Amino acid sequence: MNKLVNSIREAIALSGLQDGMTVSFHHHLRNGDHVLNMVMHEIAELGIRDLTVNASSLFDVHMPLVDHIQNGVVSHVLADYISAGLGKAFSAGIMEKPVQFRTHGGRPCDIASGKTPIDVAFIAAPTSDTMGNCSGKYGKSACGSLGYAFADAMYAKRVVVITDNLVPYPLADFSIAENYVDYVVQVDAIGDPRGIVSGTTKITRDPVGLVMAQYAAKVIDASGLLKDGFSFQTGAGGASLAAAKFLKDIMLKKEIQGSFGLGGITGYMVDMLKAGCFKTLLDVQCFDLGAVESIRTNPAHREISALQYASPGSKSAAVDSLDVVILGATEIDTDFNVNVHTDSQGCIMGGSGGHSDTAAGAKLSMIIAPMFRARLPIVTDRVTCISTPGKDVDVLVTQGGIAVNPAKTELKNRLIDAGLPVIDIAELKEKTERITGKPQKLTHGDRIVAEVISRNGDILDKIYSVS
Amino acid sequence: MKILKVACAGTLESSDTYVELEPCDELEITVESVVEKQFGDRIKQAVKDVLSECGVECARVRVIDRGALDCTIRARVETAVLRAGGED
Repeated sequence: MNKLVNSIREAIALSGLQDGMTVSFHHHLRNGDHVLNMVMHEIAELGIRDLTVNASSLFDVHMPLVDHIQNGVVSHVLADYISAGLGKAFSAGIMEKPVQFRTHGGRPCDIASGKTPIDVAFIAAPTSDTMGNCSGKYGKSACGSLGYAFADAMYAKRVVVITDNLVPYPLADFSIAENYVDYVVQVDAIGDPRGIVSGTTKITRDPVGLVMAQYAAKVIDASGLLKDGFSFQTGAGGASLAAAKFLKDIMLKKEIQGSFGLGGITGYMVDMLKAGCFKTLLDVQCFDLGAVESIRTNPAHREISALQYASPGSKSAAVDSLDVVILGATEIDTDFNVNVHTDSQGCIMGGSGGHSDTAAGAKLSMIIAPMFRARLPIVTDRVTCISTPGKDVDVLVTQGGIAVNPAKTELKNRLIDAGLPVIDIAELKEKTERITGKPQKLTHGDRIVAEVISRNGDILDKIYSVS
Repeated sequence: MKILKVACAGTLESSDTYVELEPCDELEITVESVVEKQFGDRIKQAVKDVLSECGVECARVRVIDRGALDCTIRARVETAVLRAGGED
């Protein structure tokens, strides 16, 4: 049996891809990804039209997608996250059908259930053998975990593995197994390593960020959750990483041994694993070289699929066992609804990713954000877009005080007892507006450019064109 | 204060404002801002207030705002005026 084909175009032809079908991509190569562009170029050349693109995330490197949309090759887009450059095009209304935003847990859930079936999945594989056993841990384009690609590989009708490091059969340490794979294509480069992983993700030196990070670590310490067996997820943002560093200091001082660190993994989480703060890292995506090196060499650093990470349809998911998550926000309203989809002008510049999955699962979900950015207050009367509903958000940490969701009275009392500067969220809003001035309300366009689908499948909010 | 020469103050960094002044026969103010929709009127008012406080009646004023607070905008305008001007 031979799965090896000569070109991406040949693989597309063999896959039986036709007008109106769905193709899928995963985003572990992030802003260094070449695969989506290479595949969509060949699809356009073959004259196939009216496709749905289901991508775990889209980055600005994928700008050629705009042409494919305007030329009718792509007529519908499903994604968990869309970065700002591409988001601007969608917000301008380049597409007839609204983008469907899902979460990192909702996407694999809907793929597995058949709600969003995939005809052909394209797997960007930093290493693969000739039968399609593939891994992200090895090769010049190594990205570490391939977590988001598992559901695509398992449930798509046809699966094409595209690699720039073809090795003889069998690749012992594979992530995605050959039994799911139809075709294997070798190319010169699946991506640009400079855009795939950061060299090192750095903690912030901004004094405001450091104050917030210290508060965040103290909130966790005071929450009652920081004890042996503790589990934790944090983002790759500067202040979130600084919070992880302060948390690590507390854990080492108090000799607390946690159980696991979760999520997109950075070198800082790897340092916490090595220092004994956690027994295990569960990794759906690596953010930097430190994380890639660790997942390749340390058996305690485990790759997990997005199904295991966060799918509400799985028998259990790791987010359900999570104690604390630190998350960001572009806006949060006085009902604690959080926006991570649009900027304050209403333009698409992100997406939930795992935001609402972890917020729903974690015992303590914390938003860390400055009181204002470039004069725009973080707290509003109503967020431009609800990405994560307020019922799943427990506490907001800013440099100007810590606002606790009124439903969490025990947490609020614990923070007050610990001497932390607790403030009512409406009061925090007023305090901020005394510094920035009260912003005038924006009007949006009348076209719906995106729908935000909650992890349970309901439409949580709609994003309008920018007027 | 009379505007005698071209001068500037501030930077294009986020949360700062860049102000350019040059001599002109009348008062011309242009403001572009990343928060135009939310704070455009307030920014213009702050610029006008400082010019008036400094007694500037004629100048071409260009403000490129990156989301600065009022106090920053006022300080940048005042500095640009002091650099550009001389006593009547």
